[in-house]
Parts: sequence; structure tokens; C-alpha cells
Amino acid sequence: MSVDHSEALAALVGMSTGFPTVALDLVNEPMIRHWAEAMGDTNPVYFDAVAGVTAGLGGIVAPPTMLQAWSMVGLTGTLKRESSRGEKKDLENANDTMMRLLDEEGLTSVVATNCEQEYDRPLRPGERIAMRATIETISDVKKTGLGVGRFTTSLSEFFSVDESFPSDPSLRDAALAKAERVGTMRFRILKFAPQASAPAKPPRPKPALTQDNAFFFEGLNEGKLLIQRCTACATLRHPPLPACGKCESLEWDTIESKGSGEIYSFVVVHYPQVPSFDYPLPIALVALDEGTRIVANVSIDPEHIAIGQRVIARIETFDNDLSLPVFDLDTGA
Amino acid sequence: MSAHSFAGETAIVGIGATEFSKDSGRSELRLAVEAVKAAIADAGIKPSDVGGMVTYSSDTNPDVDIARSLGIGDLTFFSRIHYGGGAACGTVQQAALAVHAGVADYVVCYRAFNERSGNRFGAGVQGRAPMPNAENAHLASYIPVGLLTPASWVALAAQRYMHVNGATSEDLGVIAVADRKHAATNPKAWFYEQPITLEDHQNSRWIVEPLHLLDCCQETDGAQAIVVTTKERAKDLPHAPVVIQAAAQGSGAGQDMMTSYYRDDLLGLPEMSVVARQLWESSGMGPDDMDAAILYDHFTPYVLYQLEELGFCKKGEAKDFIKGGRIELGGDLPINMHGGQLGEAYLHGMNGIAEAVRQVRGHAVNQVDGLERIVVTAGTGVPTSGLVLSHDA
Ligand SMILES: [Zn+2]
Repeated sequence: MSVDHSEALAALVGMSTGFPTVALDLVNEPMIRHWAEAMGDTNPVYFDAVAGVTAGLGGIVAPPTMLQAWSMVGLTGTLKRESSRGEKKDLENANDTMMRLLDEEGLTSVVATNCEQEYDRPLRPGERIAMRATIETISDVKKTGLGVGRFTTSLSEFFSVDESFPSDPSLRDAALAKAERVGTMRFRILKFAPQASAPAKPPRPKPALTQDNAFFFEGLNEGKLLIQRCTACATLRHPPLPACGKCESLEWDTIESKGSGEIYSFVVVHYPQVPSFDYPLPIALVALDEGTRIVANVSIDPEHIAIGQRVIARIETFDNDLSLPVFDLDTGA
Repeated sequence: MSAHSFAGETAIVGIGATEFSKDSGRSELRLAVEAVKAAIADAGIKPSDVGGMVTYSSDTNPDVDIARSLGIGDLTFFSRIHYGGGAACGTVQQAALAVHAGVADYVVCYRAFNERSGNRFGAGVQGRAPMPNAENAHLASYIPVGLLTPASWVALAAQRYMHVNGATSEDLGVIAVADRKHAATNPKAWFYEQPITLEDHQNSRWIVEPLHLLDCCQETDGAQAIVVTTKERAKDLPHAPVVIQAAAQGSGAGQDMMTSYYRDDLLGLPEMSVVARQLWESSGMGPDDMDAAILYDHFTPYVLYQLEELGFCKKGEAKDFIKGGRIELGGDLPINMHGGQLGEAYLHGMNGIAEAVRQVRGHAVNQVDGLERIVVTAGTGVPTSGLVLSHDA
């Protein structure tokens, strides 16, 4: 991060993000009913006055979670609404300043992380709701899974006001000091520097598994390099086959290879380049000490791989679901 | 083993091909139809004379579609051969067996594809869905580690051969230079008038070490067809018969499709040895009787192996055998006078058979003076096949 606005950002903490605003509509029964229906909330206190009285709420109440809804701009935002900027539409408020400073720090992306609401009491039809927002916290720069960034929290306070609430935005803060608070909301976002995302590597092509060869890959999944063995004549064979070429027996079991061997031949693949692999790609034909050969990836530098090198296998898992032996140079250590 | 009963009794009487290109602009089926039509015309017969058709199992053009397109009518023999380019000479063997046995009078062998503009074999098996069958299970040992292409499959064996026999990349280059020299004077070749030097070969980029780009054949759009009948019938046709002195298929011990890495050594092609044994026994000829050879050259290393398996030189000595212009026109054993698959076109070996026919007829563009007998091989690294062709002596 080349630009550091820590000081200027610290100065914004505690500042109001603009003038308090008043909801477009009074708390009302039709919007409450629509909300409850959309949410699948069948609690009768939201649409049945008798149920509300019985519950000790004095009649129909609004679902508490509608708190922020009363202050919202509507589905398309095209309706005329009060601006927290008052008449000065191009005024930069504290929130605008905070976002600009964060952008200048390179933290140009945004993601919402938390929303916590507290409800002081139920709202009833006919109430007029006003809201004021302040910047509560701006964090230091943190490392996150999305990239480096700062968390910011805004605190929105909701009040019930009457017809006397001033239409002059500049007088509203004073009016709210005497108004009843009905709830709060803390909204946390992460402003972060998007990482130059490397194109996702597609998974390696998967082996076709039959009843003849599945044991080999299942063994690798359990961390074992298995070699098929004829139980009649003890001849080892790889790749797997259903019967023994020496004695025709269909009976077989496996031994676990120690994974030690020597490079019998190798290639270094340059072209064509399939995105699942890194190139240049060395691949070896390894003569295992047990006596069979196997084709496998190797960790040896393509410039220095050679026939006759001693190698030792480890089992590596690719794409979370494909385990294969990878041979390292055996230094005898 | 005794000589095959059909040896010397059947003949190739017609050849036909499309142009060889990188983008034919027409369907593979149309290419097949054009080539078969041309081969039938070259043989001097009518489509209705054709009673059998043979192609590769990897060919996408049904024999019945070609038969309907050309009014061929009744077919009494149809057959397909597996293992990619290994099928090439095998199609002629199937045809020879069929006409010798009286199953059909004339059999057409064909291969057609848009292998450059359509499905490129060089791209390997990247997209293959792993259906749980034995063919795909075979690939399970290779595709998850990135050994995906024919070039890589050949290279893994060749590295061992080169290491043990002291063959170098320059030795492979000698083969590429010879092929391209021949292609340079063949107007039908893609690389007509574009010879290369050994330096060009060495400077070409790596495809899969130890193979450079110029060790690898082209990818081609095109089609080739061949008409086979009995030697007796051939005598009444316009061209002097090109007698099939021997035709053989071969699969060897420890055989695998391109990846026979588990044999005792990786220094030979046992399947080509099986083919060679039959060719020499059936024809009553030997390598010394051959005036030239068409050796399958999808990748240069296996040309060395083939010279050894066919008996032109001892095991491990092919790198020395090819030196001094021996395999070029005018040398002791010219190979691939059409330019081979490196120089003329990659038609899965079928264009090499056609070149052998032209050489025996005596009107090839790069004609070997006084040629009487020639050996032809098919795809290597897979179960394969071969032919010995000659004048009707
Ligand atoms: Zn056994």
C-alpha cells in the first residue's frame, strides 16, 4: 500500500455521515403485511389487532427486523427522497470522505461482512422514523483472505419522531437529542485491495477406474503405492491387468512398494501446454526396486534430470481428490 | 511358420488421393469419397465392381456412406482395423486376404480425415472422458501425470534408446533432413521446395525432450484410397500390377498402445519384428533385396528402430547406418522418397503405400532408378503392419 491515510481516517471516527433523514412512509399495516408474507412469518401480531392486544403489544406491531426497511430508498431508488446531504447534493459527507481515502489507499473493493441490529421496542403503525448514522470504527490495515483491507463500522440509530420534527436538516440533530430511540444497527464492511487473481487451474484429467485398476488409485488415496502381485506365482505386474501373463492366474493381491527406484527413462514436455500442468513438465519412467516400472511426475529440475538417478516416492494429492506418487531425488539422507 | 498362401497372388491396381492441406474446406466423408472415386478410376474399374471396403476403426467415414455416394452397390466384405496408423498396411492385408479367398473381387482400402483443421491427434487425449473401460483404464497411468500426446509417448521410449545406444538428437535430424529433401522436390508435398538443414532441426523448438518440432510429423487434411484385387484380374487392367509379395500384421510380447514401457528393454519394436519375420518368410526376400523403403515416420526415433527390426542393420547401429546420405535418393537404401509424413503429408501411413505403388510402377516424382522391390511399414509404437511390393516378375 503506497498511500497511508491512517491519520485522516482516524479523524473521521465518531463523525456523522450526514444530516439525519426521515422515512418516506409512516410505519403502516400494508407494508408490514407484505413483509411478513414475503418472509413467511405467520405470527398474527403483525396483521391481527386482537392478537396484538392479547400479546400485550397494544395492537398490530411491525416485525423488529423491518427496522432499517423504513429508512430505505425503495426498490429502484427512483422516488424522491430526502438526502442526508440536504440541499447541497454535491457535498462530500464523512462517509464519502472515508470511502475516497480508502480508495486512494488502493482498497477499492468492498464487501459487507456483518450487520447487527438491536431493538429497543416494537414499532406501531403510524409512527414516523428518523435515522442518523455515524462512523463508529475504522480498523488498521489487516491481511484477509480477500486481500489487505480495513474494516469499517457505521452505527445507525433509529428514532420515533412526531410531526414537529424539523424539515430543516440542520436542526435535526438537536431535535433527535430529545427523541425516543427505538433501535440501532451496526453495519461492518471490508474495503480491500483486490488481488490480481491468477486464472484458476483446471483439475488434472482423472483416471478411468475399472474393477481392474481401482485398487491402485484407492491405495494412493490411503497413502500407499501398491503393486499388483500374482498370488499363484508371486510375479509383480504394473500397470494392473486381470490376470498373470506368466501363469494365467486370475488371483492376485498387492504389495506396498517402498517407493525407491531409479529413473529408467524420462521426458520433458514443452508442448502442447494443458492448463492443468506446469511447464516444462518432467515425467519419468521409474524402475522401482521391487522390479516393476511406473510412469510418474518428478520434482527434479528439468535441466538436471537424468537416466540412472536414484529417486524416492512421496504421495501428493492434486485437486483434493487425485493422489499420485511424485518422485524426489533420493539424496540418501 | 510358413509363407502366407496369398503371398504373391494379389496386387494393388489403383491409387487415388485428394490434395494434402491444412484446411480442406470440406467434410471428411467428401474427402473419402473423392479419394475412393479417384482410386477406382485409376484402377480402370467401375464402382459396381467393388465388393469390399476396409478402413481404420479410427476413421469416421462409414463404408456404406461411401458406397451409397458412388453407387458401389452390394458389399460382401467390410472390415476395420484398430491401432491408428498401425492399421495402414493391415488394410491392404485384409483386402488381399478377401480377394484371394474369393470373398470379393475388388476391395478398396481408404483413410480420410481433417486431422489438421478438425480433430488434431497432436493435441493428445486432453478431452477424453474417463468412461470406465479397458481402453481408458490404459490411459489412467499416463493422463493424470500429463503424458498426454503421441509425441510424449514416443519420447519416453526414445530417451532410453538414445541413452543406451549413444544416439543423439543430430542422428534423429538426419532422418528429418532426408524426408524434407525428398519432399522439396515433390509438388504434392506440403513442404514442397522447403528443405531443411541439420541446423534447422537442432534449432527448432522442443516439443517433448528429446524431440524437437522437426522430429514430429505434420498434421494433415486429406484422403488416400487403394484398390486391391487378384494378380490374375490385375493383368486385364490399365496399370501393370503392383504385386503384394507379402502383407503382415504384428503385435509383440508386452504390447501396449503407444506405451509399452514395461518390456525387458525399450530398445526395440517387437511388433515390427513380428511383421518383418512374416514379410521376409512370405516373400522369400530379405532386407538386401529391397531397393527402397517407406518407413512410418510420425516421429523420427522409431525410424531407427524399424531399420533394426527389419534387418537393414544390427540392433543399436541404425544411427550409423543412416549416415552419409544412405537413406536419401541416390543412397543404398532411399527411404520415404515422397517426403514421408514429415514432408509430404500425415495420412496415417496410407500415402506411403501409394508412394510405394508409384515407385513400383516407375513414375514417382522422386523415382528410384531400376526399383523392383520395396518394403512399406505402418504406425509404430502400436500393433502394426507391413508390405513387400514388387513388379510382376
Ligand atoms: Zn502368476
